[in-house]
Amino acid sequence: MSLAAQLPIAAFLLVGASASIGAGLGLLRLPDLLTRMHAATKPQSVGLLLVLVAVGIRFPTGEVITTLVLIALLQLTTVPVAAHLVGRAAYRTGQVRSEDLYVDELAEALDAAAD
Amino acid sequence: MEERPRYSVRVAGRTVQLPLVAWLTLIWLLMGDRFSVANVLSGIAAALVLVVVFPFPPLDPGLRFHPAGFARFAGRFAYDMARAAGPLALQAFDTGLQRRANSVVAVTLRTHSDFILTATSIALSALPGALVVDVRRQTGTLFLHALGAADDAGVESVRRLVLDQEARVVRAFGTREDRALIEGGTNP
Repeated sequence: MSLAAQLPIAAFLLVGASASIGAGLGLLRLPDLLTRMHAATKPQSVGLLLVLVAVGIRFPTGEVITTLVLIALLQLTTVPVAAHLVGRAAYRTGQVRSEDLYVDELAEALDAAAD
Repeated sequence: MEERPRYSVRVAGRTVQLPLVAWLTLIWLLMGDRFSVANVLSGIAAALVLVVVFPFPPLDPGLRFHPAGFARFAGRFAYDMARAAGPLALQAFDTGLQRRANSVVAVTLRTHSDFILTATSIALSALPGALVVDVRRQTGTLFLHALGAADDAGVESVRRLVLDQEARVVRAFGTREDRALIEGGTNP
């Protein structure tokens, strides 16, 4: 492979890996569960997608691409479900401090449902 | 017999939804290395076994495909993902550290389809600074954690983002009734 062909692959890999590092740093540095969930879902998905793009450029055959598409599809559709379940569990076990939020319409809705 | 969902047949006393079989076969083909008749047949067999052994509740048939709307939706999704990647980490460091900088906002969608609700909440995960933390299916309400929504204007802009995303999803996948609800009035 020529250098010119390798450059975009390297770029996608590096940017993807940095996004994943960003996700890890966010998990360490952010103050509470809900903000950490942002870091755990978004930069992490983008990082994985960019690495998949790099793999797709390096091995541009049908069988590899279809598997990559499947990985991307499963990643994009399962992350929100997992986030939803973590959020639900956090709320129902009192891990979310409403007073740290500007408005908390979920706590209001849960209170209304409990009455 | 009358209660059967559309496009379904009965196999071994169970209702088998053909769209579900087609979808599982497609996933089987994506997993396999190459496309062949044997692969398709074994995929269909595996899908049939799955849906017979693990019966699935009747799926809401409220799904149409609009290529132009889908292209716009996919383009915007990719753009939002790219935007959410880089600056988000830094932005999160800023807003996350100060108190009461974020909000959990309830937004009730205008449409009442399970599929649109699911697709919208998945699509919202691409938006920078927004995260669906709970869903209430009966009312079609999404609860989002929004970074940086520290005043009423911020909360309103989150609501608008969600309803815009819903409109894009409906223009890509919605039935005529869904589209009428979106185009009929901008307010629920």
